[in-house]
Amino acid sequence: MTIEIIIQAIISGLLMGFIYALIAAGLSLIFGLMGIVNFAHGEHLMLSMFSSFWLWTLLGLDPIISIPITMLILAISGILTHYLLIRYILKAKMIVQICATFGLSVFLRSLAQFLWTPDFRNVGNPLLEGRLEIAGIFIGQPQFYASLVCLLSFLLLYLFVNKSETGLALQATAQDRKAAETLGINSNKMFALGWALGLSCVSIAGTMMSNFFFIFPDVGVHFALFAFVAVALGGFGSIIGCLIAGIIIGLVESLGGLLIDPSYKLLYVFLIYLIVVIYRPQGLFGR
Amino acid sequence: MNNNLQKAKLEPVWHTNKFIFALIFFLVTLFFFFPFINPSNFQLHLMIMIFMYAVMAQSWNVIAGFSGQISLGHVIFFGIGGYTSSFFYVEYGITPWIGIFIGILFSSLVAIAIGIPMLRLTGHYFAIATLLIGFSFQIIFQRWDLIGAASGLWIPLNWDNPWLTLQFHESKIPYYYIFLIFFLLSYFSIWIIYRSKIGFKLRAIRDDPQAASSLGIPVAKYKIIAFVISAIIMSPMGSLFAQYILVIEPERMFDIEISIIVLLIAVMGGVGNVWGPLIGTIILIPLSEYTRIFFGGTGGSVDLIIYGILIMLICIFRPSGLISFFPKKILERKKFL
Repeated sequence: MTIEIIIQAIISGLLMGFIYALIAAGLSLIFGLMGIVNFAHGEHLMLSMFSSFWLWTLLGLDPIISIPITMLILAISGILTHYLLIRYILKAKMIVQICATFGLSVFLRSLAQFLWTPDFRNVGNPLLEGRLEIAGIFIGQPQFYASLVCLLSFLLLYLFVNKSETGLALQATAQDRKAAETLGINSNKMFALGWALGLSCVSIAGTMMSNFFFIFPDVGVHFALFAFVAVALGGFGSIIGCLIAGIIIGLVESLGGLLIDPSYKLLYVFLIYLIVVIYRPQGLFGR
Repeated sequence: MNNNLQKAKLEPVWHTNKFIFALIFFLVTLFFFFPFINPSNFQLHLMIMIFMYAVMAQSWNVIAGFSGQISLGHVIFFGIGGYTSSFFYVEYGITPWIGIFIGILFSSLVAIAIGIPMLRLTGHYFAIATLLIGFSFQIIFQRWDLIGAASGLWIPLNWDNPWLTLQFHESKIPYYYIFLIFFLLSYFSIWIIYRSKIGFKLRAIRDDPQAASSLGIPVAKYKIIAFVISAIIMSPMGSLFAQYILVIEPERMFDIEISIIVLLIAVMGGVGNVWGPLIGTIILIPLSEYTRIFFGGTGGSVDLIIYGILIMLICIFRPSGLISFFPKKILERKKFL
């Protein structure tokens, strides 16, 4: 094993890490805002991948071009999710909240299986193809641009939440819903916005991944698990924590796969989660 | 009120509401005589699945409903039970009857090993941890050569000693009775536990862990007890299911879908009540078996679409499950539970 292979693994781990971070950021945003873990997160990822797949198949739109459309579709579905389901369970017991989003995930996944069969599909001849070579290190172009776009969207999200007025209103709602309402912030609208934003993050990651990943109804399951791990690792509700945790997961996955045994990739990531929550239950950046 | 409570405590279990008891007696008799009306194989299969899922949902109910921890990886005890009894039969020829108990032992050990670090976690952290543990078990069993890795274990067929080897090739009726007996045993013991001091303490922990611990209840210990009880009644279902299908593989015995279905059944019927999981099973399992027949193999996911919709509706309109449709008067009677 040469040093080049290890550098290669570190870079591909980093690239995947940025994608995981963006997926996790969507989850974290929703959790931070209303205390609900979206167990259907992976299914939303799957939906955005299918959305970009169908836009490519039916209209011939390349995934990079169709990002805004997919974002819009997912944002609308996020708002619908809030108004049709989440609104009613905000005050319910945690078990009901978990079951509701779990029910949504079962529903979406089996609906996708029913409508589009469990076949594996992929976007043929995307604009982003081939690989880059930098100083003897090979990077797949789609992966490179995917993580670049994800990192940029992550920064935009961070700026939006921390600098814009709406973002500050979001944070106010997250901190104290009642106090925010007395200041004239419509918390219901904020929650809907949170869902729209959270799912837009997922849609960007999903669209970029449809360039190089197979698309099938169960595709979201593992990414959602990584997102849960990233959110818990970074601390529930911390957006910067997601970035760090996403990178850690990406690195652990690729280095563990390279140095120990690739067939246990998922286990290393899970192990990290278990160790962190046992010794530091609030996560690395948790309050 | 206080007086009533003391009376309820002093009264032995069998002095409960006569109507309820007559109903239970009637149902049990019905179950016992069901095979005599010449049911088709599918009907027997349906009943077996109902018994199996009723017990599995009850097992989930013990940990979620009685102690308030939401497990999303409950399938591990099912898988361990199935793999243990099959492995000891395939490798050493030990009868599955003993294998069931070895499986229970292993499951309890795993429950303790997982429970000690994990049950300190609360809420979402525990739910996610169990979800990951469920996946990890599947990954490990898929690559464990000793027990057949991804291709699983084939239980050698045997026609000579059906009762000893616990495999019946001519009829499903013996399976029906075995599952029925395990179902009755599990429900009866959970009912007793629910009414016992352990049950009261567990519910106290579920409702307010801090108050419970200030009253001197060792919260961690009781949560582990609940987890072990849950594993003990789940594990034999895995062993029996393995004997029922005779070929086991990690994809099937550690299927994440089992964890999900068990959870949906319990929530549908009503969590925290002994009869909730049974009600959920009676509605959901026939639904899934009939939709599978109706839509055929290709539309196998239709039942899950309906499950998903039903569970969201339940969460919105009846968060305490279908059992809350029963008149409150009956539900709040101490004797009913």
